[in-house]
Amino acid sequence: MITLEHIYILMGALFAVVAALSLRDRANRKRFGNAIFWALFAASFLFGSHLSDFANGVLVLALVVVGGFNFIGRTAPATTTPDQRRERAQRYGNGLFYIALIIPLIALIGTLVLKGSGLVDPKQVTLISLGLGVIVALAVGYTLMKPPTLAPLEEARRLADTIGWAALLPQLLASLGAVFAAGGVGKEVGVIATQYLPLGTPFAAVATYCIGMALFTIVMGNAFAAFPVMTAAIGLPLVVGHFHGDVTVMAALGMLAGYCGTLATPMAANFNIVPAALLEIPDYAVIRAQIPTAIPLLIVNIVLMYVLAF
Amino acid sequence: MIALLGIAVVIAGFLIRINPLLVIAAAVLATGWAAGFDIVHTLALFGHAFNENRYVSIVFLVLPVIGLLEREGLQERARLLIARLRGATVGRLLLIYMLFRQAMSAIGLAGAVGGHAQVVRPLLAPMAEAAAEKEGPLTEEKRNTIRAFSASVDNIGAFFGEDVFLAMSSVLLIKGFLEQNHIIVQPLSISLWSIPTAIAAALIHGTRLWLLDRKLKNPKSPSPPSGGEGRVRGR
Repeated sequence: MITLEHIYILMGALFAVVAALSLRDRANRKRFGNAIFWALFAASFLFGSHLSDFANGVLVLALVVVGGFNFIGRTAPATTTPDQRRERAQRYGNGLFYIALIIPLIALIGTLVLKGSGLVDPKQVTLISLGLGVIVALAVGYTLMKPPTLAPLEEARRLADTIGWAALLPQLLASLGAVFAAGGVGKEVGVIATQYLPLGTPFAAVATYCIGMALFTIVMGNAFAAFPVMTAAIGLPLVVGHFHGDVTVMAALGMLAGYCGTLATPMAANFNIVPAALLEIPDYAVIRAQIPTAIPLLIVNIVLMYVLAF
Repeated sequence: MIALLGIAVVIAGFLIRINPLLVIAAAVLATGWAAGFDIVHTLALFGHAFNENRYVSIVFLVLPVIGLLEREGLQERARLLIARLRGATVGRLLLIYMLFRQAMSAIGLAGAVGGHAQVVRPLLAPMAEAAAEKEGPLTEEKRNTIRAFSASVDNIGAFFGEDVFLAMSSVLLIKGFLEQNHIIVQPLSISLWSIPTAIAAALIHGTRLWLLDRKLKNPKSPSPPSGGEGRVRGR
């Protein structure tokens, strides 16, 4: 059976090659930094499941030091020129789209077909299908376009170095959430929320709950982390318990209020910071494009909860 | 109150713009200290969580394919396609993509179809830029705005579509949490109550996309914000 572990090995192998290619890039003054960073990243995927928790912790700290103290440099691996690209775009035509669509297509079909097949871990079917899609798309690309053997890997390095240390952020922030939970941060926020906030009327309770969901999501970067805390502190005891609001409406719209916070926070790095790095725009540009939607949507959400729950 | 030290570290770190990796590591150590854990225990917690969350980074597996296709002219092809398409504007293109992404997410395919590395960088952003370039060359600021909006529609489409799908992890999380509190709800009813907000999200962001088109057409109006003093990484 294919499990997530196989996909991790594939991921580790890819970044091990990226590390090796980084090392021989003499044009990059900081090539050792790049090589160590991607090698550590690869090691986490290859060996993480076999290391102790403490060893994994040391590995993360090492990654933080190399990435955080600016030991990795921007690189420019050899690629095609804009003229060559325009010429090839004409030559290959829409075939380029079809190869690009292989990954989502296989992820889609895999998700629908492989789930009950017993061939893959059904809980991780989308991620595994994504990995399979990558392999098929690469095979087709090699066959049809006949690039130099290392070219896709050099291109992967080009993109990985474009993202740089931000590549680590999503995983790191998810881990911070886990440490916050272990340290009792959520409980403490709940206590403060109930002690100091206005909760005297149904509307005040609804508004405080929704705004609290959004704000706590902004801090944690994840509405899933905010939901149990704010719902246990305000949603259940006040909106539902005291004011007799509908529990399903409260819960469904409470989570969505949290998503308004996700749109506005650098802590949700995989949605807001990594894309900015990928698109080569300022770090907070995506967040700035989203905040004017997040605020009215939060207000609409508060009104909807108030109207629908009572 | 001292349990919140980690949060204070995060907020202060982001405000004074220290490298986020360092801020997070410092927040982890501060939280562990405030909770009375020894350093070995804190690091073990951190390492365990990092290892458990590796799946978050799997999306980077697509980089060799996207890189290869970029090398062979994918972005240029996407531009050509849109340049030929009459009536294609940035706003309309992004709106169609957002509604498509919302619809796919609503049937449970948020993870499979769309994404910043898979679609936004190689296809959607170049198409949006090409649509805008029909009106003339783009300033750096406008280009950044168009790219930022391209990323925003991927996020908003996914966030406010996925809760409509009943087997979505967020819906199951809600159900699981309420069950722990001895309240039984049906996933279907959670999904149904998510629909009004999904519609509101499409209307609000759709309106902003329509306004974006107007702003891009009219050179005299002030440009929408495109991010401030962060690292500017021009092409």
